[in-house]
Amino acid sequence: MKKSGGILFLILVLAIVGPWLSPHEYQDTDFDAILQSPSFAGMHFLGTDDLGRDLFVRTMLGIRVTLLVAIVASLVSLIIGVSYGAIAGYVGGRVDAVMMRFVDTLYALPFIFLVILLMVAFERNFLLIFVAIGAINWLDMARIVRGQTLSLREREFVDAARLTGASAARIIFRHIAPNLIGIVVVYVTLTIPQAILVESFLSFLGLGVQEPQTSLGALVDGGVNQMEGASWMLLIPAALLALILMCFNFLGDALRDHFDARQVK
Amino acid sequence: MLRYTLLRLLGAIPTLLLVIVLAFLMVHAAPGGPFDDERALPADVAANIEAAYHLDEPLAQQLGRYMSGLLRGDLGPSYRYRDYTVAELIATGFPLSLQIGLLAILLALLVGISSGTVAALRQGSMLDRIVMSFAMTGISIPVFVVAPVLVLLLAVKLHWLPAGWSGSPGAAKYVLPVITLALPQIAYIARLTRASMIEVLGQDFIRTARAQGLATKTLIRVHALKPTMLPVLSYLGPAIAAILTGSVVVEEVFGIPGLGQFFVRGALNRDYTLVLGIVIFYATLIITLNLLVDILYGVIDPRVRQR
Repeated sequence: MKKSGGILFLILVLAIVGPWLSPHEYQDTDFDAILQSPSFAGMHFLGTDDLGRDLFVRTMLGIRVTLLVAIVASLVSLIIGVSYGAIAGYVGGRVDAVMMRFVDTLYALPFIFLVILLMVAFERNFLLIFVAIGAINWLDMARIVRGQTLSLREREFVDAARLTGASAARIIFRHIAPNLIGIVVVYVTLTIPQAILVESFLSFLGLGVQEPQTSLGALVDGGVNQMEGASWMLLIPAALLALILMCFNFLGDALRDHFDARQVK
Repeated sequence: MLRYTLLRLLGAIPTLLLVIVLAFLMVHAAPGGPFDDERALPADVAANIEAAYHLDEPLAQQLGRYMSGLLRGDLGPSYRYRDYTVAELIATGFPLSLQIGLLAILLALLVGISSGTVAALRQGSMLDRIVMSFAMTGISIPVFVVAPVLVLLLAVKLHWLPAGWSGSPGAAKYVLPVITLALPQIAYIARLTRASMIEVLGQDFIRTARAQGLATKTLIRVHALKPTMLPVLSYLGPAIAAILTGSVVVEEVFGIPGLGQFFVRGALNRDYTLVLGIVIFYATLIITLNLLVDILYGVIDPRVRQR
């Protein structure tokens, strides 16, 4: 768990600081230095792509974009999931039954295809990627939060709050939500890699981030086209993407085992 | 059992309707029409095209027309592949995708269940740890990373297998796409099987069977395997969905002329009807298969029918 966290922290620092260490800009093309392998000679630490753009800077930018999309998308799913789950759990009864039935229905939808449809219909809007990915990932969160809320609302402090005349909305957001933080944090760590996957999947297909901007998925896509002559273009972003996903998954699993008593083996 | 099946069936219909309406509205809410081009069309030509594709009608009427077409298996004409209907294009691409997908599912079940069982039986051993770290890696690394890296290693560098689809004869061309698609599912199924098998092996009826002197092999085959398979069975629905998603990538990387490739091309070319048709086709497929899995679950485990 510490190792995964440490690696993620290092990658993050590198992605933020990295571009300043290089004399190149991410969008600058240099047709005298096309498809160069990694070297220190021209200060292209990770080589250049088929347009002569510096891959070190582009990879760092890619990590930034990928992480940014993933974190914002996870926040979107967090807000939707926590509000939905907390309301369903607190109100209970028939409202709860209908709301959770709706979640079950949504589980059966092939969301990734709907997201692609959305991307086709509305140009490739950066904001839309966030919202679309967030909109698919809130279902798990809603279920878990609802389960927790069901048990929380029977506790004395909720009764006490109700006695003082607090409204339902106030009880949900001021009294119950803070008690959900532990479990929510755990599931956010597991939502982030899912969001990364969706974003890079879309970018890989050419439906996500648009040139000259880039993300790890888009870099992998670029690498596939050049892999016979310039394998570093594929291998470096692919390895980084795999590493980031693995670290998040390990971190999430470890946190879940730590917080969730039922899962302890 | 009949009641259970009917209830499940009733549950699936609103889901399907929701997908169709949602997908239809999404496409029609798109700014700009499908025939917008760099060069503006003369007004009367544009009007004629709109009339020919019924784009001039109110939205509700278009939706009604589309739905009644769906019931007859008519998904409308493709906007880009002139002279082809969407249904024809699906019929061209799907058989190949189905072939590869089925092979991948079979491979995933075979390898996943056996490696998960072995890991569960030797819990904590070196073998267990190796299988489980492979599984974690397999879950973490997306198909679109695995596919090109495998091509680079096994096809481009070592020349063991063909890299592309067209022009390579025989069964060898199936190997890489099927393995790539199966890998993440192998990982999930192995983890599920292991966890479930460990739980089952800890139960009283297993202890009793063991006390009767059953050999471990018979014990696993006769008593432990069936209850172990329940979580794996319920995972089949998501697995099929994941394989469909993966097939989009795999077909793109390997150049396989399947449905996934039509889908991506359609998406990049803004072929609205084609993309809409394929989304609805995929959704119907996934929902139907989920329904089958649910019913099968009821057949195997009578307890779920009570709920």
